[in-house]
Amino acid sequence: MFDTLDRSAPSDGPSNGPFSRLPNAAGVGYKPQHFQSLLDDAAPVKWLEIHAENYMGDGGRPLAQLRHLAERFPMSVHGVGLSIGGEGPLDADHLARLRHLIDWLQPASFSEHLAWSTHDSHFFNDLLPLPYTDQSLTRICEHIDQVQTTLGRRMLLENPSSYLAFAESTWEEPAFLQEIARRTGCGLLLDVNNVFVSATNLDYRPQDYIDAYPLDLVGEIHLGGHDEDEDDHGRPLLIDSHGAEVTDPVWALLDYTLARSGPKPTLVEWDTDVPEWPLLQAEALRAAAALERVRETA
Amino acid sequence: MSRERDFTSAILDARLPVPSGLQDGHSQPAGRRFSVYRNNVAVSLTQALHQGFPTVARLLGPDNMDGLAGQFLRAHPPTSPVLTHYGDAFPAYLERLPQLAHLGYLGDMARLDCALRRSYHAADAPPIDAQLLATLSPEALLASRFRFAPALCVLRSRWPIHSIWRYNTQEGAPKPAAGPEDVLITRPDYDPVPERLPPGAALWIEALQSGDTLATATETACAAVPDFDLSAPLALLIEGRALTDISR
Repeated sequence: MFDTLDRSAPSDGPSNGPFSRLPNAAGVGYKPQHFQSLLDDAAPVKWLEIHAENYMGDGGRPLAQLRHLAERFPMSVHGVGLSIGGEGPLDADHLARLRHLIDWLQPASFSEHLAWSTHDSHFFNDLLPLPYTDQSLTRICEHIDQVQTTLGRRMLLENPSSYLAFAESTWEEPAFLQEIARRTGCGLLLDVNNVFVSATNLDYRPQDYIDAYPLDLVGEIHLGGHDEDEDDHGRPLLIDSHGAEVTDPVWALLDYTLARSGPKPTLVEWDTDVPEWPLLQAEALRAAAALERVRETA
Repeated sequence: MSRERDFTSAILDARLPVPSGLQDGHSQPAGRRFSVYRNNVAVSLTQALHQGFPTVARLLGPDNMDGLAGQFLRAHPPTSPVLTHYGDAFPAYLERLPQLAHLGYLGDMARLDCALRRSYHAADAPPIDAQLLATLSPEALLASRFRFAPALCVLRSRWPIHSIWRYNTQEGAPKPAAGPEDVLITRPDYDPVPERLPPGAALWIEALQSGDTLATATETACAAVPDFDLSAPLALLIEGRALTDISR
């Protein structure tokens, strides 16, 4: 269903280009309950990601821990509340808070989502979907220009998990993301679990999505767990929960992706029902092993 | 027509139909796929309220808390992507619910939860050296004014909020007895500590916060509570590392 990209032209320079300074190694989403474990026994984790909105208080333990970890690990700041895909203007106060965080933390990467979460000054705390049209494309590019200008750096934009599609969409998602990146100069964050979830929910092959995806623009890969449900017709409906182990087909999709992209900074996210450190560490080991395999075959 | 307005209205009110133009991978109506968003929003904000109001959640029980959180988040969706302080309107909301009228203290318990959370995220401020106070003459001390750490908070209640908090968080704490209680929250390290204040001490701290000298603040407290003694609340402020500057 997607137009496969021609990858015959070799890309030069470091694989992450100007988009991120994260190492091509395994990382995890940071949870405060793992603070001590990460200081004691982080291997193979080489970098950490935080949700920006959890570190916008004035002080106390969250910022103290963050300061401490940033001395040990390259950090990635991942926003979940900027509402880049929103119909209205960006929240200037929120953008200022984000700039403040980025200015003092100086993270190796900043990323946000192709989604919206705020409407009419109300925040819905979820990554809500949008139609892929020329109109939404223009608006998103304006928002990304504003973010990149305000932060003084390039950002990565993440593909969403889709549970439904919009009748008015005229763009396929990979081409839409590629066009946003072309117009704004932003990089992309490829969440392979989101690809698998969307592909299952909207009934296409996840490999076709990867084949159509501009992997040379990817500055980071995400992995996470999902839940299984059913739609009205008894067909599988996967939910991007970040509350379980990464499933085998998603690990396979990671291998498929890395074989085409080469090693990338690869993150395991586990945000709900957060496990004890050894279980998350084991997931990170699996990601590190996948990166190692692709290095060996390169 | 705004896609977002239709979308958010239907997210908050499950009686509304799924917005038109939403479909599955075969161009069929999205149907219950839309419920994923309804569920994500309700569950994540309910969870935020559970985390933000742990004492209220314990007093109500998880099921009642879920129900009230579900009503509240629809009446008062967050107005900021920073959920650290989500629920500022929750105390007053609880107080207005007729079915909770028999739990008159619940609003102030919610205020205590809010204050503990604000203290947790407040800016860091190095305390003054407690030895410094000992070097001052009584006259110099009485003429002094204090500055306080941003993590300090004073709560006054006509309910025994500190005793209720202890009873619900500490093993073997005594059963609360009726009567008003004032609470001082300090953050000596990274964890806020609520302490019960003796009568008059809340007034005394509030006077100091407004910039009164120790002498004036103490006169104010003694006027209201004749046997007010500053030594106990002063010790709480020092132990709580809540004094950040002293000046004359």
